[in-house]
Amino acid sequence: MWDKIKDFASEFFVTGDPLILGAQVSIGLTLIAIIFTLTYFKKWRWLWTEWLTSVDHKKIGIMYIIASILMLFRGGVDALLMRVQLAAPELEFLHADHYNAIFTTHGVIMILFMAMPLMFGLFNIVVPLQIGARDVAFPFLNSLSFWMFFFGAMLFNVSFIIGGSPDAGWLAYPPLSGLLGSPGVGQDFYIWGIQISGIGSLATGINFVVTILKMRAPGMKLMQMPMFTWSVLSSCVTIMFAFPILTVTLFLLFLDRYLGAHFFTLDGGGNPMMYINLIWMWGHPEVYIVILPAFGIFSEIVSTFSKKRLFGYKSMVFALMSISFFSFFTWAHHFFTMGSGANVNAFFAVTTMLIAIPTGVKVFNWLFTMYRGKLSFPTPMLWTIAFIPCFVVGGMTGVMLSVAPADFQFHNSYFLIAHFHQVLIGGVVFGYFAGLYYWWPKMFGFRLHEGLGKWAFWLWNIGFYVCFMPQYALGLMGMTRRFNEYNFDMGWQPLNVVSTVGAFLMGLAFIFQVWQIAHSIKFLKKETSGDAWDGRTLEWSIPSPAPLYNFARLPQVTSQDDWWEKKQRRARGEAELPEVAAADQAPLEPIHMPRNSGIPFIMSFSWFVAGFGFVWDWKWMIVVGLAGVIISMLARSFSYDTDYYIPVDEVKRTEAAARGAH
Amino acid sequence: MAHAYQSHAGAHGHSAHGSHDGHHGHDHHDQEEMKTFGFWLFLITDVILFGTLFATFMVLRLNTAGGPTGAELIELPGIIASTFILLTSSFTSGVALLEMNRGNKKGLILWLIITALLGASFIYLEVTEFIHLVHEGATIGTSAYWSAFFTLVGTHGLHVTVGLVWMTALILQLRRRGITPVTKRKVNIISLYWHFLDVVWIFVFTIVYLMGVM
Ligand code: HEM
Ligand SMILES: [Cu+2]
Repeated sequence: MWDKIKDFASEFFVTGDPLILGAQVSIGLTLIAIIFTLTYFKKWRWLWTEWLTSVDHKKIGIMYIIASILMLFRGGVDALLMRVQLAAPELEFLHADHYNAIFTTHGVIMILFMAMPLMFGLFNIVVPLQIGARDVAFPFLNSLSFWMFFFGAMLFNVSFIIGGSPDAGWLAYPPLSGLLGSPGVGQDFYIWGIQISGIGSLATGINFVVTILKMRAPGMKLMQMPMFTWSVLSSCVTIMFAFPILTVTLFLLFLDRYLGAHFFTLDGGGNPMMYINLIWMWGHPEVYIVILPAFGIFSEIVSTFSKKRLFGYKSMVFALMSISFFSFFTWAHHFFTMGSGANVNAFFAVTTMLIAIPTGVKVFNWLFTMYRGKLSFPTPMLWTIAFIPCFVVGGMTGVMLSVAPADFQFHNSYFLIAHFHQVLIGGVVFGYFAGLYYWWPKMFGFRLHEGLGKWAFWLWNIGFYVCFMPQYALGLMGMTRRFNEYNFDMGWQPLNVVSTVGAFLMGLAFIFQVWQIAHSIKFLKKETSGDAWDGRTLEWSIPSPAPLYNFARLPQVTSQDDWWEKKQRRARGEAELPEVAAADQAPLEPIHMPRNSGIPFIMSFSWFVAGFGFVWDWKWMIVVGLAGVIISMLARSFSYDTDYYIPVDEVKRTEAAARGAH
Repeated sequence: MAHAYQSHAGAHGHSAHGSHDGHHGHDHHDQEEMKTFGFWLFLITDVILFGTLFATFMVLRLNTAGGPTGAELIELPGIIASTFILLTSSFTSGVALLEMNRGNKKGLILWLIITALLGASFIYLEVTEFIHLVHEGATIGTSAYWSAFFTLVGTHGLHVTVGLVWMTALILQLRRRGITPVTKRKVNIISLYWHFLDVVWIFVFTIVYLMGVM
């Protein structure tokens, strides 16, 4: 009996690696600490009613952001471990298996569990406020999306201490990810973790498309929407078309592994190349899904801190939409070297280069917006400025990669690694940081310490270039990716050392950011005006943080940058436009709001249980999990009392409290 | 444009209680409309999902790896029968909608029950077909062709099954609550879903069965 338990435990838990043991212990201690604190301060009920069951888009947004910052930490630790291993030749720090697991989880976590939720967090916080809405279109679904993401991410993350991490690369090419190449459970954690959170992402895509198309404030025409909202729309449309492909692809891989199907196996007529096509038909649009909102953020920030209307609004909209369209016709540039033939390669090379055109248009629009503007440079603007050269270089190396014959040289080398980190860190991460700094006062009602923010900014930037510029050179020198060890005589050591130093600078930058947040909470500088940056769009017209219902009266919109125009009219002492005045003075009405619900949490947790059952092939657990899912769905279908009204008195009281402060 | 949570009058400015079917005319109308629109978008994503499965089937349709082919094992008459049944159920779901629009709750429920029964017979026939194929030696693991076959046809079957559970739940709600703006929207959506599955089946029938077997 005892032996049996021991056998099971050693298969179930990952053992034998001191690094992982250390992590296990610290995770255990952290969990105990959290449970203890919540119990000691009697906060369980508060946690459940205020947060876990909340359908308020602002709270959901904050939960997304917290989760993604935790994931940034985990993905960052993975990155530093890899860079330590590569700093010197023939180092015995991480062994090949462990290294494989780490680069796989690093990639998955950074793109799917860090960038995506950070993006969704900003969508949630900003979009309804920017379009003058009281919520998203489907608040219940919104909460479900969050919990699906969260439990998907958790399922993926536990693989590291339970069962073993996946190690077939972040896109899990078969046959390596097939049953013969990866017999352990790590790959199953990969499939189910991503699948569950992917369904959440798909739902978010639909939710925001409906929100933006149907819930804008009275008077706001499509061509008056703030540019961030446009970028969210283009990103969400892309999600709608790309994510179903991912769902199918992972499902087919699951069938191969679980039921012995032959989609991607080398025997039985399967075709591994089909997986590579399918995964990139999702994967390439996916990189645009995460970059497009960053473009929107930069547009907002540039015009706010130049005190000018965005230059070339229409061309910006056109560029966003054409990028999301073209992103579906470039996928094969990820495997020019895998025998598609000259004509196919030529087609995909040209489509790839085409995307550089609308991207270039945007860069010029930002520059022209700044030209002759009244510029100021608080942290959000600094990130925006830093992004421009970084993205231009990343775009150019992308075009170099898209030259099919040349790609035979660059493919799978460190040149490629440097390229995609340049666009992903310089574009996506810098972009979302800019957004986070910009909307922080709106989210939390206090300001972040600028000095510490500047330290973080410079460390990130310097660290970035120190880390990745040498990698272009290393790539050209022949260093290929996914190496865990190299010999002394390669001559790669000096550049690798530099690169590792850069990585640690970025790690230090992250610490500065955490410090910045902690410091700002401690020496709270309340943001009382609601309009922290003298902004241009509707979110700045209401108190910070926004009340539960956002807008006591829905605003009447008459122009692009409506809030700015309104402030200008007031400053000039002009009378309000009659329709605006009417909307402003209309009597308050009871506000229709959705009720909180525990179903999204329970349903997503049931998916987690079912997923865990599939991973270990425990049939009873699969049944329990799926039953939970079905019961949750029916419970929702049968519940009719899902909303309520906030009475006028309460709205009045809230408004007086929020506005009374200044 | 619809403004979902814009409330429309002190008239229904009541407190947190009571069910909201029906008495908030305009307000709910907008929300119901928005849900229908959201469902259309969901259908687009489902089209992509099936499109990907069809593409997979097309790529793998000749890869039988020396095993049995579809033409050898599939019996068309049964498939034609189930096609006929599913098409009829699409028609009956349309009749249900007509009854609903005439405000006839009994008729609505009756035609939904007929639709569900037809759907259930379709699933019964599909399961019988699968069992038959497995007996003849074609399983999901036999070859890439059969993997693609079972996955594509099975995914459609799974969609129909989900529709059946959903329809049953809806029939129960209709009995309890009658025809309200909310149940009306739900019936509209499920009939949309049902027609959609019919259209997908026509493609399955043509591409998998007719082109593959004849
Ligand atoms: C001007 C635009 C861009 C061009 C022309 C471009 C071109 C390319 C090409 C041709 C490759 C494949 C190289 C190879 O495997 O040998 C590639 C890889 C990659 N790109 Fe880009 N790219 C652009 C923008 C972006 C953006 C905006 C992102 C992300 C936000 C991105 C992320 C990636 C990633 C993650 C890979 C590596 C995938 C892997 O093999 O694991 N790229 N890019
Ligand atoms: Cu690509």
